[in-house]
Amino acid sequence: MSKRTKIDARGAFCPGPLMEMIAAIKLIEVGDELEVLSSDKGSAADIPEWVKKVGHELVGVTQEDKYWSIVVRKAK
Amino acid sequence: MANNILIVGSGLAGTIVANGLCRQIGDELRSGKAHITVLGATDTHMYQPGLLYLPFGRVREADLFRDERKVLDERVSFHVDPATHIDVQNRTVKTKSGKSLTYDYLVIATGSRIRPEKIPGMTEGGHWFYDLDGARKLREALRKFQGGKIVVNVNAPHKCPVAPIEIVFMLRDYLVGRGLMEKSEITYTYPIGRLHALEPVANWAKPEFDKAGIKYETLFNAKEVDPKAKTITSEENSTLPYDLLITIPPHTGAQVIEDSKLGAGGWVPTVRETLLHENSDNVFVVGDTTNIPISKAGSTAHFEADTIIDNLASLIKEGCWARNYDGKVFCFVETGMNTGTYVWFNYTTPPNPGPPSQMIHWFKLAYNRLYWLSARGLL
Repeated sequence: MSKRTKIDARGAFCPGPLMEMIAAIKLIEVGDELEVLSSDKGSAADIPEWVKKVGHELVGVTQEDKYWSIVVRKAK
Repeated sequence: MANNILIVGSGLAGTIVANGLCRQIGDELRSGKAHITVLGATDTHMYQPGLLYLPFGRVREADLFRDERKVLDERVSFHVDPATHIDVQNRTVKTKSGKSLTYDYLVIATGSRIRPEKIPGMTEGGHWFYDLDGARKLREALRKFQGGKIVVNVNAPHKCPVAPIEIVFMLRDYLVGRGLMEKSEITYTYPIGRLHALEPVANWAKPEFDKAGIKYETLFNAKEVDPKAKTITSEENSTLPYDLLITIPPHTGAQVIEDSKLGAGGWVPTVRETLLHENSDNVFVVGDTTNIPISKAGSTAHFEADTIIDNLASLIKEGCWARNYDGKVFCFVETGMNTGTYVWFNYTTPPNPGPPSQMIHWFKLAYNRLYWLSARGLL
């Protein structure tokens, strides 16, 4: 069963949600998931863009109250 | 009851906490009601941001170092005997020499380190300035450089988030000064989709790069370096040729954190407001060591340390919590050899850097000396 690690990057100006995700994905196993919480609307677009470009799997993007939850599965 | 404070790590964060505490709990130290011990890996203290100037010959190596014993308040027990295992359940820290130390309060300040070996070929093919040996080698490589393609490659995670931008502007000025810029091409690569993590800095840097003829490629995370072909390839399947590769390698935390199973990658799970280790009321985490999604920078360590000093002193003297950390970060940004700006922000205030000026550059140069007052807990 895949493990899910959560990164709460809400309100993080630097290095920001995508950079946090790029760093964190190096630390998990293939098949495991990362959930990034971001209060930056741009993350809902730029995280999926990077995930697609690199070849990981986007599990889902959910808009919550004042933040977005983006779940990614490490594919390689 | 004695308050035994153990600080693991003698970099900037651990040193400020130790010295700042001495200033606040002097009575308790004098009466034997409190004791401060620092465990470090070396007897010297290095001003890490000064390494930025070393490849360009603009700092003398000796100016970057002080004897840690002299930087620390004399009331601190300092041992060059790094921690090898931290057991927060049993409040015990084991050291390289075989000692086993106990504590009432623990401050983990083990920092971060560059890991070029994590990218195949990077150690052989790359240069960097994030440690002394690397900065010396880059200085030599720049002296020999007679023009060509320079790639400045940035990887995640890394400390000192503005240093990659600074090295680009300083490199440009250096090459112009040597009459080599017309024969050279600088390409800057960055992990995310803009030139810097801080959006205002990215927005400011882009036209500056365009004006200076500096090329850039975003969404570029190094996968491998081929030192023979002199190319760097990204996870995003882009390959760039280089004559000189200057990289900011990916970082991890300290080995002792991983060995103690305190956090993946050597980053310790930390509550962002209290700076306490998650599920703990007597273990503080400071500086690069935390997993807080915040800049890994000296100023972050400094402002976090100030918060921890207030809270530890208040807990010891008054039995209560003093205040929370507000996420404050302040960074100077060198925008060339003669101009600079600065940026500050916290958890609720976004960054808004002002226009570069010569005065701020001079202030940065002054701070390169004032740093030692920060480390001593005076500034």
